[in-house]
Amino acid sequence: MIGLSHYLAVSAALFVLGVLGIFLNRKNVIIILMSIELILLAVNINFVAFSAYLHQIHGQIFAMFVLTVAAGEAAIGLAILVIYFRNRGTIAVDDADMLKG
Amino acid sequence: MTTAFFAFYLFATVLLVAAVMVISARNPVHSVLWLIVCFFNAAGLFLLLGAEFLAMLLVIVYVGAVAVLFLFVVMMLDVDFATLRSGMARYLPLGLAVAGVILAELLLATSGWTSGDGVGMATAPASAPDGMTNTQWIGSQLYTRYVFVFQASGLVLLVSMIGAIVLTHRQRIGTKRQDIGVQVARTPASAVHTAKPALGQGVEL
Repeated sequence: MIGLSHYLAVSAALFVLGVLGIFLNRKNVIIILMSIELILLAVNINFVAFSAYLHQIHGQIFAMFVLTVAAGEAAIGLAILVIYFRNRGTIAVDDADMLKG
Repeated sequence: MTTAFFAFYLFATVLLVAAVMVISARNPVHSVLWLIVCFFNAAGLFLLLGAEFLAMLLVIVYVGAVAVLFLFVVMMLDVDFATLRSGMARYLPLGLAVAGVILAELLLATSGWTSGDGVGMATAPASAPDGMTNTQWIGSQLYTRYVFVFQASGLVLLVSMIGAIVLTHRQRIGTKRQDIGVQVARTPASAVHTAKPALGQGVEL
């Protein structure tokens, strides 16, 4: 019998893989963006699992909003990536230290 | 129940393996393709949970739009990906430590967790109320209680679209463009020129 905790475990593992992806690919901003997508997917699985087991629809509606924001974030992130590449000729994000942040 | 049991473990396993491949693939194009596998399997999990609308939304929006956008950008940029991977071994111990801590915390939280008083937690994923599909159920709430949030999410998409266009748009030098103002402002005086040429001579334009 598949319970809520199974889905929560899958979602936790996916979230951790996303975090690990950010750590492993510190230079490659494309993979970092994909890792953020993985993290948001894990959040969505959590939302939908709770929505199904609580017999309420609100979790799925919030998952839709998360999806919307994730799509916008991917579009903006890739646009920034394209202009960064156009200016610098590379996408190594650890070179992006002009603001000394 | 056995089918659902088998399907859950199939989807979950492939999802996690594909996620590992996303973050460890040598070639970013392969990463994007593994990301697509991830989204398909997450859609399968959503189907098992009875969220058909979100499952289809994930396939259409993510696989159809976001993943293809990633693919376009990865293929358009001429990047030497080998140098970008150079620091991976250096960051691996720290990354594994942080990931292990987060995983332990999350698993502790999800295993030692009980629902509060008065919260009816079902033992199996519940489907939509009688006489309603999942999509109708979402619509009945989304367009009534959540209508302002829905409009706001439309604004988020509009702003991100404008932002992406403004960021990537550039004026190229040396291209011919249409200037509608100049076209509309033309008058016969500036556009038409009458001449009365003498016989046998041409017209000087």
